[in-house]
Amino acid sequence: MALNTQAAEPIDSAAVGAAPRPARRRLGLPPMTAKLAAGLVLGGAILFFGLVGPLFVQDPAEVHDLGLAGPSAAHLLGTTQTGQDVLAQLAYATRGSLTVGAIVGVLTLLLSAFFGVVGPYAGGWLDELFSLFTNVVLVIPGLPLVIVISSYVPDKSLWLVALVLSITGWAGSARVLRGYTLSLRSRDYVLAARVAGEKRSRILAVEILPNLIPLLASQVVFAVIFAILGEAGLSYLGLGASGSFTWGTMLYYAQNGLALRLGAWWWFVPPGLLLALFGAALSLINFSIDEIINPKLRNQTRAARRGWRMSRQQLEKAREATL
Amino acid sequence: MTAPVLTVENLSIDYLVEPVVHAVRNVSFSLRRGEVLGLAGESGCGKSTLAYAIVRLLKPPSAVTSGRAVFHSREGVDIDWNELGAGDLRAVRWTKISMVFQGAMNSLNPVISIRDQLEDVFTTHRPEMRRRERRERCARLLDRVGVDGARLHAYPHELSGGMRQRVMIAMAMALEPQVMIMDEPTTALDVVVQREILGEISRLRDELGFAVLFITHDLPLLLEISDRIAVMRAGEIVELADALHLYTEPQHEYTRQLLASFPSLTGERGSFVRGGFDERLLALDAVRADEPTTGSAL
Amino acid sequence: MRYLLRKLGFYVVALWTALTVNFFIPRLMPGNPVDIMLSKLGQHGPVTPETRRAIEALLGTDTNRPLLAQYGDYLHSVATGNLGVSVSYFPASVSSIIGQTLPWTIGLIGLATVISFAVGIGLGTVAGWKRGSWLDNVIPVTTMFQSVPYFWLALILLFVLGSVLSVFPLNGGYDVYRTVPGFNPAFVESVLYYGALPALTIVLSSVGGWMLGMRNMMVSTLSEDYLLTAEAKGLRPGRVMRTYAARNAILPSVSGFAISLGFVVAGSIVTEAVFSYPGIGSALLEAVSSNDYALMQGIFLIITLSVLGANLLVDLLYSVIDPRTRARS
Repeated sequence: MALNTQAAEPIDSAAVGAAPRPARRRLGLPPMTAKLAAGLVLGGAILFFGLVGPLFVQDPAEVHDLGLAGPSAAHLLGTTQTGQDVLAQLAYATRGSLTVGAIVGVLTLLLSAFFGVVGPYAGGWLDELFSLFTNVVLVIPGLPLVIVISSYVPDKSLWLVALVLSITGWAGSARVLRGYTLSLRSRDYVLAARVAGEKRSRILAVEILPNLIPLLASQVVFAVIFAILGEAGLSYLGLGASGSFTWGTMLYYAQNGLALRLGAWWWFVPPGLLLALFGAALSLINFSIDEIINPKLRNQTRAARRGWRMSRQQLEKAREATL
Repeated sequence: MTAPVLTVENLSIDYLVEPVVHAVRNVSFSLRRGEVLGLAGESGCGKSTLAYAIVRLLKPPSAVTSGRAVFHSREGVDIDWNELGAGDLRAVRWTKISMVFQGAMNSLNPVISIRDQLEDVFTTHRPEMRRRERRERCARLLDRVGVDGARLHAYPHELSGGMRQRVMIAMAMALEPQVMIMDEPTTALDVVVQREILGEISRLRDELGFAVLFITHDLPLLLEISDRIAVMRAGEIVELADALHLYTEPQHEYTRQLLASFPSLTGERGSFVRGGFDERLLALDAVRADEPTTGSAL
Repeated sequence: MRYLLRKLGFYVVALWTALTVNFFIPRLMPGNPVDIMLSKLGQHGPVTPETRRAIEALLGTDTNRPLLAQYGDYLHSVATGNLGVSVSYFPASVSSIIGQTLPWTIGLIGLATVISFAVGIGLGTVAGWKRGSWLDNVIPVTTMFQSVPYFWLALILLFVLGSVLSVFPLNGGYDVYRTVPGFNPAFVESVLYYGALPALTIVLSSVGGWMLGMRNMMVSTLSEDYLLTAEAKGLRPGRVMRTYAARNAILPSVSGFAISLGFVVAGSIVTEAVFSYPGIGSALLEAVSSNDYALMQGIFLIITLSVLGANLLVDLLYSVIDPRTRARS
């Protein structure tokens, strides 16, 4: 028995379930979500404060008569134990910390890209050597090494601190990059390019690097967070950059001036708060980058689910059937 | 044994996003007890979606928007799977209808042994079974599909593709279901292994009497093992007939197109049909080597 | 088997690198650590020739002994456990100080890290399993805790819970006035009481990371084919979540745990600074402030050894839970 039907109509949409791709996605940028917007705004505000703030505040090192005074009209965030203006210090400290973050971000990017991308791409004994080196550096504990090195050099500049942090921090990123590069290296379009005779350096630049950009971006953001937190920790231990203002050194002086015990919250809270907020902003940005790197996460987010046109009963039925 | 074991009535499945995609449109057919029903069609025609819907494995945003699929058990009970609650659904899965999935490459849990994966259908659905009996059953199952019993202790990555597929078949047979839905079970395998697996399936069906819904894009394969064949296109069944009739007297244009697209080892040079009925189909619309291609003539 | 040998080989190389770095740092840095140490030691009394030799082996000597010979002396010293004499805790030897402080650190930090891992993984499993639930909103909150500098969080908690509310003690490892070290219940209870707040701060600041990682992996794993098979088999949801999803999803977290051990050590130093906890981190900081180079180098060595050892253990564990690694090499 034959079952005939009329000629079938074409399916509504060839791409199953895909809305027309918005312009942002075509550029390869992460989709603008509330999280990303919050992160960018917050991070941008702090960055602005660090860049422009020092131009508008008092001299942070200048000593006034009121020691450990609360916020007032003359000193918006009060003064330190030695009578220095906290707001001014905060502005310079923001600039200092962001500088450390930037330096470490760039250095980490260069080091991890070198050991994590060029190495595995070259393959062979060079890859083995780089991988071994990366793993050894990774496994040797960083902070104790930094402490030991720092103890031999009593007066450190901001650059030295940044340098030491980079040297101990690049290995994690390199390993992640290496894993990803290895998987990219055997993808079909790379093999096709090699068969076509393209120069290896060109393949690296044109085929591989663009795909690495989201991952590189995410790693740089991690590196900056790590740098700022690391510098703060070092300064707290008294091993930070002497003579510079960073959030960490502010907290060190605040702790030594017994700010918290004496209730001088205006000295202790703002640097830590800015640190936390900046770190949170960077984390939010990283979340959004994560959604590009791992598309499976995209479909499961609550935002994606809102795009479904299912009735409550249908969702209930589905919930019964699936786990 | 011609009573149906599964009846699909006016089943429609949509992918509920913006804009809505109609994956399966108003499909009806019945699966008779013990028969092999082939479901053929090109990629994206909805055959897998249809199969998943029968056992309620569809994930949101896919949903059945109309119609139903009813399972008729041997005891005479009719079960509409869509109406079952979560607990009942789990109980009836695998015991009445089991599945063999496409590309067993990733269908087995990579971190637990083969034995654990075979045994857990028993521990879940036959909790009264004792350990020794379970072990024996598993060993016998593997034996039946031609896999060495020593493989019980192995992990999936230690087995070849063909062996993994056999394990999946053994797993599907474990509770002696009345229907087995096979979604492209041999597509990822080389032809020699394919032939062996098909042989196993036919043999097991003869021994145990379960019905098979065999889904694949490979129509000639279905011609050899199916009793009846349904051809799907763009979410609809365009033709459903006896395998022999489908091959010799295809009614629908698309069926003819599909048949005409498989290369042949015999017949005239340039002819595109497998098997011995070349003359008749050549007369219909097979491509000639000396004519400019204009596609189907009818 | 090959896998095991490869791993051991790697750790031997790493250990050798650490030893060599430890050998070169004092010799490359500005200043003359040996003279400083010897003169400080000399303040407590005459320096015996063995002590002198030990210090020179560790930190370098300005006599013209060839570098290779110095290296040999150094390795010999380390192998025999002779890490020199401490200046800041004179006349205790470096090894004895390490012996006293190390158990405190491993106890507190080790336990807190394991708890943090377990809680984070557990919550992450549930959050990933019930994707889209309210738990997903907890994650950004806990991750924010991670971007807060640990010591800041610890200080605030110490202030609030220690000074203001007086729920926990302010510093120390146990009650030095009222209990005596030993396996008596009073001591054990005191240790737990004093360790609770530091442990709490560690858990709070790191649980977010584990939770997020596990959740993301669970979501990824849920779209794998074998999960569909498990569902089709009609298995109980609990079994599917644990044996099919979580068992696979946890793998990257375990290897991540190994990497994080280095940071655990870093964190422990700051924790002990904030809470004045009598562990190896406090000893290191004390050594730094009094230029006690021998103690510093000794501690660095032991810390490195511990981290390498822990890493090795985690690697071995990983090969047990992922059968594919045994085949890969």
